[in-house]
Amino acid sequence: MNEAQRLVDLIPRLRRYARALVGDRATADDLVQDTLERAWAKLHLYRRGTDLRAWLFTVMHNVHVNRVRASRPTDLLEEDMPELAQRAAQGDGLLVRDLDRAIARLPAEQRAVLLLVTLEEMSYEEVARSLEVPIGTVMSRLSRAREKLRLMMLGQSASAKLKLVR
Amino acid sequence: MSDAPITEAELQAYADGKLDPERRSEVEAWLAVRPEEAERIGDYRKLGEALRTAYDSILAEPVPQRLIRKRSRWRRYAVAASWMGVGILLGGALGWQLHDVRPASVASADAATVMARRAAIAHATYSPEVRHPVEVGADQEEHLVAWLSKRLGAPVRAPKLEELGYSLVGGRLLPGENGPVAHFMYQAQPGTRVTLYVRTEAVENRETAFRYAAEGKVRVFYWVDRKLGYALSSADTSKDELFKIANSVYRQLNP
Repeated sequence: MNEAQRLVDLIPRLRRYARALVGDRATADDLVQDTLERAWAKLHLYRRGTDLRAWLFTVMHNVHVNRVRASRPTDLLEEDMPELAQRAAQGDGLLVRDLDRAIARLPAEQRAVLLLVTLEEMSYEEVARSLEVPIGTVMSRLSRAREKLRLMMLGQSASAKLKLVR
Repeated sequence: MSDAPITEAELQAYADGKLDPERRSEVEAWLAVRPEEAERIGDYRKLGEALRTAYDSILAEPVPQRLIRKRSRWRRYAVAASWMGVGILLGGALGWQLHDVRPASVASADAATVMARRAAIAHATYSPEVRHPVEVGADQEEHLVAWLSKRLGAPVRAPKLEELGYSLVGGRLLPGENGPVAHFMYQAQPGTRVTLYVRTEAVENRETAFRYAAEGKVRVFYWVDRKLGYALSSADTSKDELFKIANSVYRQLNP
């Protein structure tokens, strides 16, 4: 299978990652679109036989960083975001919203590591390649992201705790 | 058992199921006597499951049109090739999506992809026909093949697909950008149709590999073999089955 077809096949995974990364559907697909445009334009720079998925996530990461930089510095402020969790009903939609909120409160670089490890199930080496950071950095970001997310989810009301701990 | 202390990185790797079995059992033994750590790592695992549960549904969603490339390119070629209005309308209505199959270096590739699209349109136009699916029926196969060969200016043949369960319905002549096109229709029970689009190439090309495109429900395998371009289309078969048929066609036409 050629690179172009493999790239097309990876679009659903890019969408999943982007959705978790930026929190809403339309922005996520904007990010995917920008990423794909860049990837098609740069496909000749991809070296055959290397990891196309890692390459593509690197492209997405760089596009994302540029987009965030160009828009607003929310990522720097998230520690100060107010507690948003309010719950009245049950259901998966609620779980997704809770997770969206909690993930949005993670520092951007920790969020990226956590999502690549958890959703993409990349090896730590692949994450390091995709984000172009040393593997030690991947491990420390992963550890901090998880602990923060855990405390946020535990800190929410008892029903959230039940849902998480079951 | 190793005496190496358990690191935080190893605990993370344990949560991700990335430790080798030996080290994993050492970590398990270590956690067994540290209930708080065990709970923490257990929560990490549950968080991972919750994340996957929350977002995995996106994988199954259809990819939005705007993320599928080549639409604008297709439009340009559509105009350049001066398609019949009906072809453009039909293509638009069907929401053509070419899975990108662009070979980087072959100059004729775009001409071939135009052929694939025209073949898909022809398939979508004629395969639902009940009363007039073909101009000349399989009962006059000899005449059909002689006629199409004469009009194309090249010997064409209707490959035999009985072994794969498809029998020839017949064929027709179609207009194409390089001149007349031969169009053969095959059918399997119950009503599964496959069409083979054969055209002459404007310039003699080297052989190309099979390429694949999909438009809505119509799947197309297409290739160029020197003077002739071929596109095999179907809306009723799986990609794998169509590929099998394409292979058989290719082998018969290139003995």
